[in-house]
Amino acid sequence: MISLTVGDIVAEKTYAISRDTLVRYAGASGDFNSIHYRDDVAAAVGLPGVLAHGMLTMGIAVQPVVEWIGDSSKVLEYGVRFTRPVVVDPESGAIVTVVAKVGALDGDVARIDLTVTYNGDTVLGKAQARVALTSEA
Amino acid sequence: MNPDLQGRAFPATEPYLVGREKVREFSRAVLATSPLNHDVDAARAAGHADVVAPPTFAIVLQQLTLDQLVAVPDSGIDMTHIVHGEQRFAYTRPIVAGDELVAQLAVTSIKTLGGNAMVTAETAITDVTGAHVVTATSVLVVRGDA
Repeated sequence: MISLTVGDIVAEKTYAISRDTLVRYAGASGDFNSIHYRDDVAAAVGLPGVLAHGMLTMGIAVQPVVEWIGDSSKVLEYGVRFTRPVVVDPESGAIVTVVAKVGALDGDVARIDLTVTYNGDTVLGKAQARVALTSEA
Repeated sequence: MNPDLQGRAFPATEPYLVGREKVREFSRAVLATSPLNHDVDAARAAGHADVVAPPTFAIVLQQLTLDQLVAVPDSGIDMTHIVHGEQRFAYTRPIVAGDELVAQLAVTSIKTLGGNAMVTAETAITDVTGAHVVTATSVLVVRGDA
């Protein structure tokens, strides 16, 4: 079992999201809402630009935790609130940073709190994963 | 948005066969680097039957049930007015390639705030024997302003 203290940073990673990333996620997930790849549609509904799928941001944000714990099946629970959109520029894309910190410990389970930022703002609220620390999840 | 949808029973989806290449495709799409999400031998060495789906893969199954919700003729939900507010997954066991899963939706809460409605959609995902795999919960904000 891994020895941890509340407040420990277990992972930190930066991701570059491009329009290619969005198209790939649309295909893999089946979410073809066109606000995630068409500037004209995004503008028509009053958005500041093409947005990353909230579920893409959520899916990426847990990856540093999976890399740290080594097995995605040890993520027992994972939840987020979508608080701000991630606007993906057609040329420069978007840079999203994830910091994963131990929020609480309860026996063999750690609550890992994620701080996910884009352009200096947090984009996910109450982003928390409950992770099994034992070898048998 | 039709408040009578709260508590309405929806039929379980047809069985969904989790394909190995689908798991790999989804894993690449969420920038997953863990070998267990891509490599069968690595997954088996860790005790899994096949490649393991990333934690958010269950949204693919939940989406099938949200489509049912939006398709209700009197739902009053316009797809272009839905904003994803919150999402949660609670796993009993991981999803692995080869699983055959069914998803069943329950609308557990509808709260009206101003002209908007906040809908909590809870999708129970089980294997074909009925054993629980994961519950996916979405909170959707349905804007009523247009």
